[in-house]
Amino acid sequence: MSYLQIKNLDVRLKGGGPILRRVSLDVTAGQVHGLVGESGAGKSMIGKAVLGTLPRALEITGGAIMLDGTDIGTLPPAERRKRIGATAALIPQDPLTALNPSKRIGPQITRRLVDILGWRRADAQARALELLDEVHIPDPTRVMRSYPHELSGGMRQRILIASAFAAEPKLIIADEPTTALDVTVQKQILRLIAEMQKRHGTALLFVTHDLGVVSKVCDSLSVLYAGKVVEDARMQRFFMSPIHAYSRALLAATPTYTDPKGSLMPVPDTVIDAVELEIAQHDVRAQA
Amino acid sequence: MTLLRTVLLRLITTLITLLGVAVIVFVVIRVVPGNPIAMMLPPGATEADILRLETQYGFDKSIPQQFVIWLGGVMQGDFGMSISTRQPVSTLVLSRLPATLELSIVALLIAVIAGGTMALLGTRFRDTKTEGLVDVTAGMALSIPDFLWGLVLILLFGVLWPIFHISGRISPSLDIDFTTNFYLFEAILRLRFDVIADLIGHMFMPAVALAIPLAAIIAQLLKQSLKETMNLDYVTLARTKGYGEGKVITSEALPNAILPTLTLVGVQFTFLIGGTVIIERLFSYEGLGNMAIDAVINRDLPLIQGIVILFALLFTLINLAVDMLYVVLNPRLRHA
Repeated sequence: MSYLQIKNLDVRLKGGGPILRRVSLDVTAGQVHGLVGESGAGKSMIGKAVLGTLPRALEITGGAIMLDGTDIGTLPPAERRKRIGATAALIPQDPLTALNPSKRIGPQITRRLVDILGWRRADAQARALELLDEVHIPDPTRVMRSYPHELSGGMRQRILIASAFAAEPKLIIADEPTTALDVTVQKQILRLIAEMQKRHGTALLFVTHDLGVVSKVCDSLSVLYAGKVVEDARMQRFFMSPIHAYSRALLAATPTYTDPKGSLMPVPDTVIDAVELEIAQHDVRAQA
Repeated sequence: MTLLRTVLLRLITTLITLLGVAVIVFVVIRVVPGNPIAMMLPPGATEADILRLETQYGFDKSIPQQFVIWLGGVMQGDFGMSISTRQPVSTLVLSRLPATLELSIVALLIAVIAGGTMALLGTRFRDTKTEGLVDVTAGMALSIPDFLWGLVLILLFGVLWPIFHISGRISPSLDIDFTTNFYLFEAILRLRFDVIADLIGHMFMPAVALAIPLAAIIAQLLKQSLKETMNLDYVTLARTKGYGEGKVITSEALPNAILPTLTLVGVQFTFLIGGTVIIERLFSYEGLGNMAIDAVINRDLPLIQGIVILFALLFTLINLAVDMLYVVLNPRLRHA
C-alpha cells in the first residue's frame, strides 16, 4: 500500500528555472524512505510540495502527488489543506523555532485534532498526554501547560514528534529532524522516531544529507542531485553497490571511524553540468 | 515580588520626570514675555493696581521662591488658582480631563481597528494589488498631519454631506443630567442610546482626525511584523496541519507580531493625546487641549502648569500600562 506516491513531479521558480525535475518516489506503509542529497539539491522542496508549503516563488508545473491514493493536486485548495492535515504530518528541522513562542504546549499538540479533525477537546487532551508519555516526556501534565521557552531543544523535538503522530497520519515527513540538535541528543531522537514509526506503522519520508543516519533508520532511499532523482534503491543494495557516479561519490565522502581523515573525500564537481546530467539520466534508465 | 519592585521603581522615575517637567514649565512660562496681570486688568490700570495683584498672586517674588511655594501647595493637592477664571486649577483641569480621555480612547480604538484591519488585509493578500493599496493608503494617511485631516473631514462631513456635528461635545438640547464628566462612558452604562448617538456624532470627526496618522503607523508596522512572522517555522508547521491562510495569520502570527507594534502604539498614543490640543480647538471640543490654548493665550500661568503636569502624568502612566501589557502578552517575560 503506497501512502505517498510522487509521479514525475516538476517544480519551477515562477518564470525561472527548474527546482525539481520529473521526481518520482514511493513510500509504502510501515516503510522508512530516505531522501538524500547535498544542500540545494531540492530535498526539502519535495517535502514542502507534498505538504503544500512551497515558497510563494515556486510552483508545481507537472506531475502528481498521490497521498493515500488521492491525487491532492485535483482537490480544491481548502479541501486539499484539510486532507493534507489529516493524512500527513511534518517533523520539522529546528525544534527551537517550530513551536509558537506565545502558546502553551498543550494546545499546540491538540489543535489539529480539535480544529481540523473535529475531536472533542477532552479526547484530544487525553490523546496528547498519552503521546507525550510515549515519547518519554516526564510529567506530561506539567509540560502541556508549559511554554516552549521553558523546555530544552531535545524536549521540544520530542513534543514535535508526539504532535506529528497525534492524528495517526499515514505519512510523516521528517525534514532533517536531528540537524539542529547536539550530537548526544541526535541519537536519542533518531531512535525515538524509528520506534514511533514502527509502533504506528506510519510511512516515513526521511529527508537528510547524512548517509550515516539513513543507514540506521531507512529501508530504502532516493538520491537527489540537482533536483533530479539519480538513484532509487533498497538500503542493502545501495551501500553494497551504488550505481550512479554521484551516489558513489556521496558514499566515498562519508567519514568512517577506522580512518576518519583518509576517508574524507570531497564530492567532486558540485557545479551542475547539463550535459553530464543528461548522461547521468541515461545511466539510470539503462540500469533500471 | 519582582513585578512590585518594577512598578515601584517606575513610580519613582515617574515622580522625578514630573518634577523635571514642572521645573521646565515653571521657568519657561515665566521667562517668555507676556504679563498675566496685564491681561487681567482693564487698560489704564494704575501701577499700584498692578503691584497689588502681583503681590496677591505671588509674582513679586523670585522664580525659585515662587516654585517652592507652588510645589508646597501641589504636595497638599493645591495647584493654585486660575488667574483668568478665578477657580481652583485642580477643579478646572479635572472637569475637562474626562472629555479629552474619552476622545483619545475613542481615537485610539478607531486607529487600532482601522490600522489592524489594514495590516491583516495587507498580509493576507501580500504581494498583490491589495497590499499595494494598503501601502499607498497608509503612506498618504501618514504624510498629512491630523489637523489637516480635521479640515478635510469638516469639508466632507460638515459641509458637503453634513451628517456629523462640527463643533462641541454634546447638544445642549439633550435631556440628561450627568453625575460624572465621562459623558460617553456614563451614557453607555445608562444605556441612553440617544445620548450615545449624539456624543458619537460630535466626537466622530475629531476622533477620526486624530486616529488617521496612528492607524497608518499601526498598519505599516504590524503588516511588516506579520509578514516577517509568516515565514517562521511554526507558521509553516501550522499550515501543514490544515489551517487556511486567514486562520494562520490571526491565530499563529498575530499574537507574536503584535508585540513590537504594541510598544510603538504606546508612544504614539501619547503623541495622539498631544494632538488633541489642536484638534479640540478645531472642533471646539471642550477638553483639556482646548483649555490649554486658552490658558496660554490668557497667560494663565497656574492653569498652564496644571495642564502640562497632567499631560506629563498621563504620558508616563500610558507608558507604564504598555510595559505591563507587554509582560502579559509575552510569556517569555512573565517569569523573568
